[in-house]
Order: sequence, then C-alpha cells, then structure tokens
Amino acid sequence: MSRRGAASQAPGGGVMGAVRLQAIALAGVVERNAYLVRRYGWWELAFFIWTVANTLTIVFIADGVEAAGGTLDVERQTTILLIGAVIWAYLGIVFEILTETVAWERWEGTIEYTFMAPLSRAVHLLGMGVFAVLYGVLRTAALFAVVALFFGLSFPDADFLAALVLLAVASISFVGIGMMTAVLPLISPEKGAQLGFIAQGLLLVVSGVYYPVEVMPGWMEALAAISPATYALEGIRAAVLDGAGLSELGGDLWPLALLGVVSIPLGLAVFRAGERYAKRNGKLKRSG
Amino acid sequence: MSAVQVRQLRKHFRRRRQPPVVALDDVSFAVARGECVAVLGQNGSGKSTLVRLLSTLLLPDGGSASVFGHDVVRDERAVRGVVNRVSVEASFFKRMSAAENLSYAARFYGLGPSHTRHRIPEILERVGFPTDRASAPMEDLSRGMQQKVALARALLTSPTLLLLDEPTTGLDPRAKLEVQAFIREVRREHDTTTLLCTHDMAEAETLADRVGILDGGRLLALEESPALKRRYGAATLEDAFLAATGREFEDEEEAEEAA
Repeated sequence: MSRRGAASQAPGGGVMGAVRLQAIALAGVVERNAYLVRRYGWWELAFFIWTVANTLTIVFIADGVEAAGGTLDVERQTTILLIGAVIWAYLGIVFEILTETVAWERWEGTIEYTFMAPLSRAVHLLGMGVFAVLYGVLRTAALFAVVALFFGLSFPDADFLAALVLLAVASISFVGIGMMTAVLPLISPEKGAQLGFIAQGLLLVVSGVYYPVEVMPGWMEALAAISPATYALEGIRAAVLDGAGLSELGGDLWPLALLGVVSIPLGLAVFRAGERYAKRNGKLKRSG
Repeated sequence: MSAVQVRQLRKHFRRRRQPPVVALDDVSFAVARGECVAVLGQNGSGKSTLVRLLSTLLLPDGGSASVFGHDVVRDERAVRGVVNRVSVEASFFKRMSAAENLSYAARFYGLGPSHTRHRIPEILERVGFPTDRASAPMEDLSRGMQQKVALARALLTSPTLLLLDEPTTGLDPRAKLEVQAFIREVRREHDTTTLLCTHDMAEAETLADRVGILDGGRLLALEESPALKRRYGAATLEDAFLAATGREFEDEEEAEEAA
C-alpha cells in the first residue's frame, strides 16, 4: 500500500490527474447503480410489469371514449396518451434514481462513505443523472414497445431519432430538477423521498401530459411555458405522430436547451445548499 | 506539520424545544504523522462527532481542524483524498457483494479497473477475508466478515489518516483480535496515522501511543497510557477514566439517555 492517499496520487497529477479522478469516479457512480439493478433484477421486472399495467389503464381511455359514443381518431389519441404515460414513467425513473442519491444511501448506511470521498458533488450527481437517463431510456423504450404492440399501433411517419434527441436534450433539465428533489431526503429523512413524486406530478400536470396545454387555466399555461416536460411532450408527439425532424423541432429544442443550461447549475446550487444545511445540523448520516 | 491539528473545536446540535446538545466543547489536540491516538469516551461523549468533523461530514461551530495542513472546511476535497474511516457499522449496499462494494468505492477515489482487478482480491486476502466469498451478497456475511471488508475498503484507498470509530464493537473475541492485529500491521508497514475512537480500554492501551479521555464534549486529558494513569493515581485505564469523569463505563446507558 502506498503512503499517500489514493486520491492524492491520481495519475498524471495536476489538472489532468484531477480530471481523470473525477472521470473514474463518475464511472463508479454508474457502475454502482448497474450492480444494484442486477442485484434487484426480479424487483426491476416487477416494477416494469406495474408500469406496463399503469400505462395500459391510461392508454385504454381512448378506446373508452369511442365506446362511450365519442368521436376521435382512436389510434392517434392512443399514441398521444401512450407518449404522455411513457414520459411520466421516464420522469419517475429519473427523479427516483436521483432522489436515491441520498435516500437509499442513508438507508444502507453508506452515505457517510460516499460523501467523504473525494469525488466532486457535481460529478456525483451527474453520474447519478447519466445512469438515470441511460436506464430510463431503456426502460421506457421497452415500455413503449410493449404497449404499442399490445394495441397494434403503427408509426409509419415516426422519426424516432428526432424523438430520442429531443428526449436527450430534455433530460438535461430533468436531471437538473432531479438534483433539486434529491436534496429533499437530506432535509427530511422521513418524508423527503416522497416529495420527489410530488415534484414529478406537479411538473407533468402543467405540461399537458395527457391533454393540450391550451385546455388549462391561464396561470397553468404560464407555468407550462417554463416546464421542460411541455416541450418534450410536444416535440416527441410531433416526431412520432407527424414525423417532424430535428429541423422542424427547433421551437421545442431551443427552450429545452435553455432550460437545461439553467437547471443544472441551479440543481447543483440547491443540492449544495442542502448538503451544507445537513452538515451544519448533523443530518448527513445513516437513518438506522 | 502535524497529521491532525485540532484547535478549540466546537460543535453543538440544536434540538426542537430543548436546549442544544454540546457535542464538542473547545477541543484542542494534535496527532503526529504515523502516530496512533486513541480517544476514550462513552456513547454521546463526542467521539463520533470528532470523527465526522475530520471526515468533512460536519461543519464546526467554532475553532478549526486540519489534516496534513488542509483545513477540513476550506479545503475539504484535499482532506477527503487522504482520509478514510472504519466505523462501528460496516455500512454497505447489502445486496451487493464485497467485491462490488469495494470496486465502486475505489472508483470514488480515482482507482480504475486496471488497479482494482488485482488489488481487491489481494487486500481481501490480507484482511483474512475468504476470497471465495467475495461474490456473495454482504447480507449473507457474518458481522466479523463485514467488518473485514470495511477495513479493506478503507485500506484500498491508501489513506494517510485512518479514522477508526469503534471498529471492533460487536465483534466476537477472535474477530476482534484479527482486526486489531491488522490495524497494527498497517501502521507498522505503512506509516498510517490513526485516530481510534473507542470505549474498549484494552484496545486503546494495546494499539495507541497516546490515550485521550473525551467526556461531555471536553477532552479531559491526552497522554501516554502510563502518564495518564499516573495523572489520576490509577492502576488501570478504567480507574483513570473513573477518576477523570466521575463515572464508570457501566453508566453508559444513563449517559446516552441524558444526551
């Protein structure tokens, strides 16, 4: 064993050494979460089944309206609802994983070891965000495929690449907001994690998750304008239903990029403020 | 330069509708490089608060603490790079294996797969962990085995300051001796500075160069064991502790309830 701390002997030394340390640390965050998914494989399957069932309850609404005498393009409306449900599920995964930055570690008792390690908090949270996005995309793609097959939906005009790019850009904002919700278990160990679900619900209710934003009251429409989920839903629906390409999605991409640029530094600042509060009040420790 | 320099360190915790709890009250001491210092104290005496402050997990209310010249508040990243700890709770992701837990923990210190591929089995073997159990979930391991993995986690990152917060509490006598032997070996071979917080008098006496008594957040004394006994006219460390604090360790539960 060397006489110097591992982190102080980062290969290359100086700035390059520090960058290398943080890059390895970021990979470590992703690696750890991948281990956890593997170790909880059956639970992951159970939650996936639950998500499919939950999505079906929403997507069946289009058939239900027609059966009740309503007139609508059932396939189009089914796809609109499916995209809403898939984005809801995706946002749930991203927020859940980021909230686990604190909540799960507190429960396992590893929180002190992670927070005293030399990885920067930005890298720590971005690592959680990278994993959340990768895992979220895989899970929701599978969800989309399963439900689309169930209803026999076809997407002859869809530009899935454009939809994926839009989701990736939107994810920057989602991760930033997730960082803000991740701080909640630091402030309230008992109820903080659940508050993440409230943030998810509030974000989506003003974003036209299953309906056009125009049907909401004026003040909710104003909130929709600053919600990244609004642009993600509009853009992805346009790409999947109408085959809108990236060149036609500029009206959604630019606001998403702008919100992303703002939300990541804001999320980090909020988390750091929460961490400082926890360190001041002795809350940065295991819960059991 | 001292390995650890603590000056008039203060920490209290606010409580709702109750007076604040004073965890550390004007604590000052220094630990030389390569030295092992034990701090004796009951539950609630401030031992864990001291370890958490030195680990950058708490912010002090007053005073200062530095590790190898790095201030624990202003230069926390540098401190984190040279410190690791083993505490009373092994604290792992319990579904994950020892190897997985060690692997991701090492990444947080910048150790890549090429380093840990060989290093993890080596270090597990050194702490006496059966390597054929390295892939078993932590929840299937005994408390003693978990604590060996905790030691391996700390040593994997080659800390120059090792903080041990009751590392052998709850272990059976054999596991306790094995862990203590390993702590001695690490110190002998690698010049690691060690701060050992414990309420095990024998452990403090056999492992440490100097022994301190922390009571109610105040460091009452910090001397070599024979000098400490002479100071309080005591034949044993237990007697010295009793003379210094006016309480026996058996009063621990009462002290905990009071805190």
